[in-house]
Amino acid sequence: MRYAMAVDTKKCVGCSDCVVACQTENNVPIGFCRDWIVEVTDGTYPQLEIEIRSERCNQCANSPCVRCCPTGASHYSEGGVVLVTPHKCIGCGACIASCPYDARFPHPDGYVDKCTFCLHNRVNKGLDPACVSVCPTKCMYFGDLDDPNSPVSKVLKNRKHKTLIPEAGTNPHLYFLI
Amino acid sequence: MREEIITSGRLNHLIDPQLNIWHWHIPLYLFLGGLAAGILFFAALFTILGKEKEYPTAVKIAPFLTPFLLMVGLVALFLDLNHKLYFWRLYTTIRLESPMSWGAWTLMVVTPLSIIWCALNIKSIFPNWDWKYQWVWDMEKFFRKNLITISWIMLLFSLILGVYTGILFSAFNARPLWNTSILGPLFLTSGLSTGAAAIILMSKNSHERHTLARIDLMLIGIELFLIVHMFMGFLASTQVHIEAATLFLGGPYTTPFWLFVVTLGLATPALLEVLELKGFKMPVFIAPVLVIFGGLMFRFIIAYAGQASRWLY
Amino acid sequence: MATSRRQFIKISALGAGSLALAGTAFELAKGSSILGKISGEKENGPLRTPTYCEICFWQCAGWVYKDADGNIQKIIGNDDDQHCNGRFCPRGTGGVGQYHDEDRLKTPLIRTSEGGKDSFREASWDEALDYIAEKLKKIAAEHGPECVALFTHGSGGAHFGHMLKAFGSESIAAPSFAQCRGPREVGFLTTFGDIIYSPERIDIRDTRCMVLIGSHLGENMHNGQVQEMSDAIDKGATIITVDPRFSTAASKSKYWLPIKPATDMALLLSWINVIIENEWYDKDYVERYTFGFAELKEHVKTFTPEWAYGITTIDPNIIRETAREMHNAAPSVIVNPGRHVTWYGDDTQRLRAVAILTALLGSWGRRGGYYKPDKLNLPSYPVPPFPKPKRSPIEAYGGKYVLANEVVANGLCDATIPTVTDQCNFKAWIVNGTNLLAAFPNQANTMQAIQALQLLVVVDTMPIELTGYADVVLPECTYLERYDMIRNSGHRQPNVALRMPAVEPKYNTKPASWMAKELAGKLGLSAWFPWKDMEELLDWQFKQVGTSLEEMKRIGVKNYPREFDDLYFSPGEDVIFNTNTGKIELYSTDMENEGFAPLPVYTAHEEPPEGFYRLNYGRAPMHTFSRTANNPNLTDLMDENVLWVNPKVAKLWGLENDQMVKLKNQDDILSTFAIKVRVTERIRWDSVYMVHGFGHNNKKLSRAHGRGINDTELVSRVHIDPVMGGTGMRGNFVTFITDFDMSGKEAEA
Repeated sequence: MRYAMAVDTKKCVGCSDCVVACQTENNVPIGFCRDWIVEVTDGTYPQLEIEIRSERCNQCANSPCVRCCPTGASHYSEGGVVLVTPHKCIGCGACIASCPYDARFPHPDGYVDKCTFCLHNRVNKGLDPACVSVCPTKCMYFGDLDDPNSPVSKVLKNRKHKTLIPEAGTNPHLYFLI
Repeated sequence: MREEIITSGRLNHLIDPQLNIWHWHIPLYLFLGGLAAGILFFAALFTILGKEKEYPTAVKIAPFLTPFLLMVGLVALFLDLNHKLYFWRLYTTIRLESPMSWGAWTLMVVTPLSIIWCALNIKSIFPNWDWKYQWVWDMEKFFRKNLITISWIMLLFSLILGVYTGILFSAFNARPLWNTSILGPLFLTSGLSTGAAAIILMSKNSHERHTLARIDLMLIGIELFLIVHMFMGFLASTQVHIEAATLFLGGPYTTPFWLFVVTLGLATPALLEVLELKGFKMPVFIAPVLVIFGGLMFRFIIAYAGQASRWLY
Repeated sequence: MATSRRQFIKISALGAGSLALAGTAFELAKGSSILGKISGEKENGPLRTPTYCEICFWQCAGWVYKDADGNIQKIIGNDDDQHCNGRFCPRGTGGVGQYHDEDRLKTPLIRTSEGGKDSFREASWDEALDYIAEKLKKIAAEHGPECVALFTHGSGGAHFGHMLKAFGSESIAAPSFAQCRGPREVGFLTTFGDIIYSPERIDIRDTRCMVLIGSHLGENMHNGQVQEMSDAIDKGATIITVDPRFSTAASKSKYWLPIKPATDMALLLSWINVIIENEWYDKDYVERYTFGFAELKEHVKTFTPEWAYGITTIDPNIIRETAREMHNAAPSVIVNPGRHVTWYGDDTQRLRAVAILTALLGSWGRRGGYYKPDKLNLPSYPVPPFPKPKRSPIEAYGGKYVLANEVVANGLCDATIPTVTDQCNFKAWIVNGTNLLAAFPNQANTMQAIQALQLLVVVDTMPIELTGYADVVLPECTYLERYDMIRNSGHRQPNVALRMPAVEPKYNTKPASWMAKELAGKLGLSAWFPWKDMEELLDWQFKQVGTSLEEMKRIGVKNYPREFDDLYFSPGEDVIFNTNTGKIELYSTDMENEGFAPLPVYTAHEEPPEGFYRLNYGRAPMHTFSRTANNPNLTDLMDENVLWVNPKVAKLWGLENDQMVKLKNQDDILSTFAIKVRVTERIRWDSVYMVHGFGHNNKKLSRAHGRGINDTELVSRVHIDPVMGGTGMRGNFVTFITDFDMSGKEAEA
């Protein structure tokens, strides 16, 4: 089982609903976020194009953060989801420095926090992650890559897509439809 | 024009707008680790070579600094942690792929070694020292009998510690400036150089000072050579590495790096040491102080500039 | 008090006791987050209560989830609701922040004046309402009850409106008409004899082509529309966006027409020309349903794409190509009427052109075009007939804006300023849920009206600019803490939705329903409030339509089948339109009768003078006007507005990203605060752009005060639409002030 998410940059309007939904679902403290919106504009007026991406932890199959964690707090959980065990984390910051996507942050309580794909509180109960379930444009797809009928497998089969910084060799499970 | 912005107001503490997770603690910790590694290296080396008498400061006096250096370094590391009460978790597992884990365990070996080394040489500072208990005397006897073995172990671990101070950074693929394997040898050389400088500062023996000055001169030469190589490597690499190098070649860290590290920390002391070896009279402390200062600045600048370097996307 | 100038009072000077209490409550709410996490997972557990959202006026129905301690944790959409389809927008999801906001109004306040210095004192509810009742009675006795006006934008309006009608005034207005969507309602009313409503009756879900004219869906987060646009894009619909700014919607469009600002009318007329000249219009539809086609054809003859090119700078071939796209998609085509359309003062005419285009393409009453919404006939709780006011509100703006189908809010505001001729100037305002100083352009004019009042009552959840000028401030609890009237909205299917309190009101706040009923009691109007409480009222109403409060608490939303299968016209159906001719009036007889052009004409609008740039403003998806600017969850996403500047302009002025500038408009009005520059290719070189709703000048708003610029203060020149009184606000020009005192002007006090 390999959980993955695909975000359709052609549909995402960057409304940031995913960010608030994550915040309220996962009790992310005010002032912090586990997901965010990147907007890239290319060209010169009026020859322009924009790519909008809802970004979060890339849940890499080859995660630098898991590798560099000195205590094993960062680990692969079900479906390859990378999680942090708060009571094992010493807050050394190595994983934060190791992430090319800057997806992690120190939680005010000391441990390092990041996107969990809502694994325990939603996905294991058969629900989509909060961001996916709330998105007004339905631009996000979630599921198991090993299941050819999962929404994410189907959309990746039919659409051109990319991952972020593939040259970093992290093998992300967060895809962007382009 | 290309415009790439985060539009959802992300402002994660210590991450945005630019990574700032490590402050003074880590570079200080690395600097002190390197300095201790340098001192212990020379102590072990001269002992193995059987030259304790020729280099009394290096073997018997300077190592007394190292437990304190290492402990101050560890305190700095501890202060850097965001989840301090779980510090002990470092020692419940060995993570071979994690430099941080390597460092924690290396310090776990080097710190006791440095204390043993001090214990063996305590009489050179307190000639009337008495261990009071027989079992301590027995232990001292045991260690003294195996001094050469201990020296080899210490030599090896001081090298590991010295290299580790660089590897901690270079293992981060995410920060292009750090992500060069030259940083290991470079920080090791810098550590040895600051170690030699510390011994020179403490030594009252001009033969010892001159030998170590010569060694230091050589180390500075190697360091400059490695720095040049580091930039050559960056500039011949991908765009992200070129941009990382640009931080020092016209970017915001250009002045601090070339002024404090290269000019004041390397070139000037090298010149002063050459002049001194040629017989010019000058205050002996200037060159080693500059080397130590340069070593400290080097750690700080690399730590901060590395956090400013990132992948393009 | 009527004689002394009304001073702005900072509420910050108040009651440390209540503030300290507020802090504790907030901490408690946050402290139990882990428990919240555990219990919040019970998606269908007993801890959820229904509501409909009050953060904007789309009013999506959803569920409020609480944790085991009873603290509000999250709000998510109701799957059965046609407004949101189970998905809230960022503002609705962030609605929890309005409840948790520690800067909320906490207790009633009464203005007191001592030694020339005004201040607020905390009051009990009884005291505050007695004070208001006494003043209202006095005004009614001296000037008549119709001299009291209610400005409202939100659910509280129904309660206060009911009270005001019982009191004897019908002067109830919302800025959502003449400051926003009024021109489109009148434009369509005069053409089709019906209005667009909200949620809009546009069938985006099934459209094959949608044209957006200055409408920035996606940034303008009207939930259902954004959802359906995304579905339409998925199904391959063509989006054509006309906007001088490269909006998010423009970036999703097949065609982006970067039009020169203020020239949209020329483009619309040339589209009409192309469609008629090429016979791309729906001949059967036009013949069967419309009136005045021949006149229209003659009228637009000269409005060729080449003519329009000279005005709009849009390539004539693109004009033809996009017209053909519309034709190809017809009748499943939507020329989106937009929402905030009060731009240049000829807005009703521009929306008439949109309506005409809609008629030519035959998309009114057709799948993928405009559907006919159906709404439940929901009986009102029986009360005695309201007294007939001596004057109706439209008499306030005597003889003007006769085609306006709602009360013109700025008309009431203007009529408050004393003049020699007007016999009734308004003497008292009750303002609920709208920050008039940010909603009305020309702040100096609004201030003049406020100064003339004998009583200003502000009912709100947050301290805003306007609260500083109030005589009495009534702290309303948030929508999460109260019942309100049933949401009975027109949609594809008739439906009702319930809002009920998820928690008890925080602090010393009350629902508007309670305030209105209490105040009515003190005014001797209890006969019009015969119900015991809201539960009784709602239960009675729900029972009239086959449900009950008890059932609605469980389901939140109830959809009903349509009475007739009339979502779209059936082929060849005879339709009688509610116009003078019974037809779709391409040629408007209403307009003609009132002395306006019966067919829309292009008029050139003023262009920015040298060194000035047209001030354009718009929305951000995470904020609703100025009302969310202090919401902790939403300020997390965006806590200030920035000024979009074209790189060429930035170079000319030496502006850099994140540089702070102030703006000065054509009337020498300098912005109170400074704004960060964003250098971006997405804006034309002749205009600048900012999101509306920032630059708050009330220090009590700890997250919003002084962040960004309030565009409204720079909109001092207003082009009134003579047809319906709309306040055209896009004819203001600003220049950059880079050299200024960084401290900024403080709130006047």
